[in-house]
Amino acid sequence: MESRIRLFLLSVAMATALPGCALLGLGRDSDETPEVAAPSPGDQPVIQPEVARREIVTPRIETENFEVGAFAGILGIEDFGTNTVYGVRLAYHITEDFFVEGAIGQTRAGKTSYESLSGSAPLLVDSERDYRYYTLSAGWNALPGEIFIGRNHAYNTALYLIGGVGSTRFGGDDLFSINAGVGYRLLLTDWTAIHLDFRDHVFDTDLLGTNKTSHNLETHLGLTVFF
Amino acid sequence: MQGRIRRAGLVMGLLLLQSTVWQTASAADEYQVVVADPYLELHTGPGRGYPVFYVIDRGLTVTVLKQRTDWFKVRSDRGKEGWVSRAEILATLGLKGDPLELKEPSRGDFESRRWEAGVMAGDFGGASVLSVYGAYSFTDSLALELTGSHILGNFSNGVLGTLSLVHTFVPEWRVSPYFTLGTGMIMMSPRTTLVQGPDRTDQIAHVGVGLRGYLTRRFMARIEYRSNVVFTSRDDNEEVDEWKAGFAFFF
Repeated sequence: MESRIRLFLLSVAMATALPGCALLGLGRDSDETPEVAAPSPGDQPVIQPEVARREIVTPRIETENFEVGAFAGILGIEDFGTNTVYGVRLAYHITEDFFVEGAIGQTRAGKTSYESLSGSAPLLVDSERDYRYYTLSAGWNALPGEIFIGRNHAYNTALYLIGGVGSTRFGGDDLFSINAGVGYRLLLTDWTAIHLDFRDHVFDTDLLGTNKTSHNLETHLGLTVFF
Repeated sequence: MQGRIRRAGLVMGLLLLQSTVWQTASAADEYQVVVADPYLELHTGPGRGYPVFYVIDRGLTVTVLKQRTDWFKVRSDRGKEGWVSRAEILATLGLKGDPLELKEPSRGDFESRRWEAGVMAGDFGGASVLSVYGAYSFTDSLALELTGSHILGNFSNGVLGTLSLVHTFVPEWRVSPYFTLGTGMIMMSPRTTLVQGPDRTDQIAHVGVGLRGYLTRRFMARIEYRSNVVFTSRDDNEEVDEWKAGFAFFF
């Protein structure tokens, strides 16, 4: 009830005040106009300021902070053998020191030693042997440098430390994964690079009956372009 | 056979034409500046550690080719190409003697941002959660946010999609608290190593608070708490606490 009264009072106040303001404004305008209207020729200012408006043109300089590419290598799945892995990565370079990277990769699990030796029923069905991961990582260009090949060729390089989180789909489940590793980036030109990466993908799994932490080491060679 | 050669020639011709068109287009983007400091140092790479291999004297013109992070690739009038730091390029002048206007996102842009996107990771009722989100701000303080999350637990996995309204109390603060309210859908499926149960899809609603902190350029850090209620088909609703921290950018 109280708020309704307050609202009513407020609207009454606004209804009276607003037209009043408008009237006041109009009145002042009509008062001022005649004063300005009659400038005599002798009142011209001595110096006419000629201020040239400076036109600010923001240069459209092409930026090349994104890096996209594909990679292929080997990934050893703990207990399930080593197989070829391939994937794609996209990175954004925030500063000369730091970058963020998202990657997806895929490989296929082999047989455990137990499965091979005992000849018993397989532990996983065919589709469960697909191993797919995605990672969201942050990287630090720890050791930038140059390498020299022969007398005439010098290439910029960087050794970077990288780590992050992600998910791994293996054995029919999605598993929260942590990845960490080190990589070497060699810039062939200003906008193409070769990567050599070593990465450990860590997750907890109970696939073989007991809970354990599984370390899955990956080595890959990649090619990227900056854009 | 001849047709194939002709076709190959045509494709080559088109490619060449395309590349020339592209080159002229990129040439139009090039920007020329005059060295105003005693000299301009050219590094071999885009970083402070890369050595200086060439200097360009005052008064000479250089062409700015491109930018990577805070480094600019330039070409001297003698054709030498190298990388110059932002501080040094800002000390040059345009061809008309005007100072260089390089637009760089700053805190002012952070306060009046329109689009924001980021990734977050954290804990969702004991399970790990990874989120990607995008937001659009109607005003400096009110935004609509779409979040997609991947929940990775010991007993079940799931995906979660929410739409929320985010209100930032004081958008001009560098570290700025906000309030969030929203709803969405959650789909959970039990882990395959456990007894198979049915997948469940339920509606979910949340209230939460968070902090957003401006880092640098167009980047910010973000930390958030959400109190979720899952409207299950069982008798009781489920309440889940969610903690997340992450990293975002605005544009």
